[in-house]
Amino acid sequence: MGNFFTELFSKLSALFSKKNDIKLGLYGPPNAGKSTLANRICKDWLGEEMSTVSAVPHETREVIVKEKIEVKSKGKSLTFNLVDTPGIATKIDYEDFLKFKINKDDAKERAKEATKGVIDAIKWLDNMDAVVVVLDSTINPYSQVNITIIGNLAARSIPVMIAANKTDLKKSDIKAIESAFPQYPIVGISADKGVNMEEFYETLFKVVK
Amino acid sequence: MNLTLQFVPFEEINSLAPEKRINRLLDIVKKDKIVLLQGRLKPSEEAWLIQKTMEHVSKDFKGIELCTIYPELKDQKVLSQMKGLLVKFLMGAREGLTIIGPANVVKEIKRDPGKIELLTNIKA
Repeated sequence: MGNFFTELFSKLSALFSKKNDIKLGLYGPPNAGKSTLANRICKDWLGEEMSTVSAVPHETREVIVKEKIEVKSKGKSLTFNLVDTPGIATKIDYEDFLKFKINKDDAKERAKEATKGVIDAIKWLDNMDAVVVVLDSTINPYSQVNITIIGNLAARSIPVMIAANKTDLKKSDIKAIESAFPQYPIVGISADKGVNMEEFYETLFKVVK
Repeated sequence: MNLTLQFVPFEEINSLAPEKRINRLLDIVKKDKIVLLQGRLKPSEEAWLIQKTMEHVSKDFKGIELCTIYPELKDQKVLSQMKGLLVKFLMGAREGLTIIGPANVVKEIKRDPGKIELLTNIKA
């Protein structure tokens, strides 16, 4: 009988905690700017950063969670647990890291950790309440990885918005992303420079509510 | 180095459990062959393929290049193509062609509505 009540209490508390604290995942390919966006959101609402960023791909190799971020937009507020995930890739070659002057042993270790990171990122998909897919708007969006990520989110009925990042760069092409994924809300931002974040938060509220 | 393409009719893997289906395809790719799968995988199977690929990454196997093409969509405009593509992807429709190549052989697969370009690492 005791077990029954413990189970019931745990199910009820899970139900209510889910309603209060939305798990918001940041997903996308490596180097799209997921951690830069995570830092921007944290700086905007907590005044501190949560992840390290780097020009070297696969800088984030573990799922990182920042709890209880209260975001406000147009008089409304939502509390998120922000989940910064490793970039999803289909190949990882330690030799790619050597170009960034990382020594061979460290590059091999980084590659090994990156493979685990990809596996974890995919496993975490089932835990998300909403997802921001972060894409580098200077890169052709028609990649199978992007289609696979978005297809898996849609198959799980997880609300999705797309952040077309790096709009401060000359080669940025938001229209290409809009053509590739016309059924999703897309907001062009520069997470690095903090450009267009207001529209980003407004869209996020529409997607989550 | 020779470039080997192995054609796999979907019927050949259809009766297998999802895990065995993915393993069968990966086994071929790990032999440095390019799989031409007649049909396509479901979103969950593609995610599973990526996960299994990551488990197998080593000094000699760097991962895969993956591309699915949808020949029935090639005459449509890009916008309606992508809409149709995602709908079919989610419905689990199987028509199409999936290319899975080992990353140490296939550098990049470029998608175009009417054609596919395989950029290889093979030096002449």
